[in-house]
Amino acid sequence: MLADKDRIFTNLYGFESWSLEAARKRGAWDHTKAILDKGGDWIIDEMKKSGLRGRGGAGFPTGMKWSFMPKEVKDRPHYLVVNADESEPGTCKDRDILRHDPHLLVEGCLLAGFAMKAHAAYIYVRGEFYNEAQTLIAAVKEAREAGLIGDNACGSGWKFEVYVHRGAGAYICGEETALLESLEGKKGMPRLKPPFPAGAGLYGCPSTVNNVESIAVAPTILRRGAAWFAGFGRPNNTGTKLFCISGHVNKPCNVEEAMSIPLKELIEKHAGGVRGGWDNLLAVIPGGSSTPMLPKSICDTVLMDFDALKEHQTGLGTAAVIVMDKSTDIVKAIARLAYFYKHESCGQCTPCREGLGWVWRVMERMVTGDARIEEIDSLYDVTKQIEGHTICALADGAAWPVQGLIRHFRPEMERRIRARTEKLAAE
Amino acid sequence: MAMITADPKDVPQVASFAFTPENMEKVKGFIANYPPGRQASAVISVLDLAQRQQGWLPRVAMNEVARILDMAPIRVYEIATFYTMFQLKPKGKYLLQVCTTTPCWLRGSDAVMKACQHAADGETFSVQEVECLGGCVNAPVVQINDDFYEDLDEASMKKVLDAFKRGETPKPGPQVNRQTSAPEGGPTTLKGE
Repeated sequence: MLADKDRIFTNLYGFESWSLEAARKRGAWDHTKAILDKGGDWIIDEMKKSGLRGRGGAGFPTGMKWSFMPKEVKDRPHYLVVNADESEPGTCKDRDILRHDPHLLVEGCLLAGFAMKAHAAYIYVRGEFYNEAQTLIAAVKEAREAGLIGDNACGSGWKFEVYVHRGAGAYICGEETALLESLEGKKGMPRLKPPFPAGAGLYGCPSTVNNVESIAVAPTILRRGAAWFAGFGRPNNTGTKLFCISGHVNKPCNVEEAMSIPLKELIEKHAGGVRGGWDNLLAVIPGGSSTPMLPKSICDTVLMDFDALKEHQTGLGTAAVIVMDKSTDIVKAIARLAYFYKHESCGQCTPCREGLGWVWRVMERMVTGDARIEEIDSLYDVTKQIEGHTICALADGAAWPVQGLIRHFRPEMERRIRARTEKLAAE
Repeated sequence: MAMITADPKDVPQVASFAFTPENMEKVKGFIANYPPGRQASAVISVLDLAQRQQGWLPRVAMNEVARILDMAPIRVYEIATFYTMFQLKPKGKYLLQVCTTTPCWLRGSDAVMKACQHAADGETFSVQEVECLGGCVNAPVVQINDDFYEDLDEASMKKVLDAFKRGETPKPGPQVNRQTSAPEGGPTTLKGE
């Protein structure tokens, strides 16, 4: 198990105050100027060496993303945008950073912003996190008053401002270009890429959008060194990670652990085990609702990292583990997710707008078995036609859980259809 | 995708809307967060403030927001109908937003929803089914106005609602013995050992 001394989020549960004074005692804002003095190239290089992959779901290497920004500021300013629109079902890790360790995020903004030559960061917080946003706003104010950000951030000579922007309820705004649209005061409808945000992002200026956790771990990585961070987890899957364990476990919780921890160990050590014991496990959604589920046989041994989960046709996503025991109506669990995606579609692309409604309606019939066997194939086929044919990945994320259900629980779907047909025939 | 109109028929007529001087200062503060000429970026914050002042968002308030931010009114209507937190009809004093997405559903949000629907009278309590609120390890979660009530079941939900009915404000957060997102009964990490 990861030792407490190697945990980045030492106030994850809010046992201590989030305030600057308390955060400093925990090590935040320690020698920030010394890091800035090493220069932007050093920061980006160190982030690359740490192997940190984006914590918002896609897992793109963070240091490399930062390096895509133009090397020099020309006619347009650079922006850092932090994605705190946490809404992926199962995921509630960024909320704990915002309300319990906001100074790690603000410090991370300065270091990342400085490295990419930005003078401003916008943090887009989902609207429902009203109290969390107020805490963050207060932390930003503290940092500004202490001279840690502002006209001469940490005495480095670099001008840096952090602004907190609240959303108003829309899952799609977690998609980076939809987030930028929303930040500009428009409906959150994803943009076609290219141009990528590093070329034309917020207000048409070079921008980088990062997840809260990716930014908040940066100060500790830069203080303790890339090698320290890279020492956890398997190669290409390094570091520590916040895991959210929800559903049918005895003690649902958030916890910071080393990457590549076995799923079974994660659940048993921190979440009090599966309700009714490990053998009562039916399936696990390993990385937030968009990632296809795994049946128990795979859960027995699978490791929690990008590559191990990819081998099983799923993903680490946001590392939000949703556990389902044998009492679960597994078809209904996925039908409810199908409803979620139908509800959250922005309506811009036809395959998503029309397709997800269709998928949801068919899934509702699958729950009761009011379908024909061959409709399972049509359902699979339609999800395959939706996938990859839209501007953003929302539709992909809607298609994958249904595909995961069919892949692993087709016999259960067929059983329901047969049972209903037989029942009707008997009447 | 939901079909929502910015101009619902069955709402009270509101003749005019103006921000209070105090709120107008807040509006200026929101606009100052963005570069000059980019005041439209403040639209969500300003609409939210209008909703807090009025209790809901009538058309006249959207028009006033459009005027202040120098936006075409249709652009503001688009925002007000796209984002789910904007209430285009009056609501009860306490808005119960019940999350029923899979992580909450797995832990019994149906029963919590039942308790909320039972209490909903349109005056003290209005109830809404919402999608994932982002508190999944504390499921089931209900947002009441700005606060999250967590780790609920039918009985504790009733208890919370009864307290509101008596004019009290019950303590937000977990309704069982746990600290925020730590495991019930105490954390497995960060124990200061």
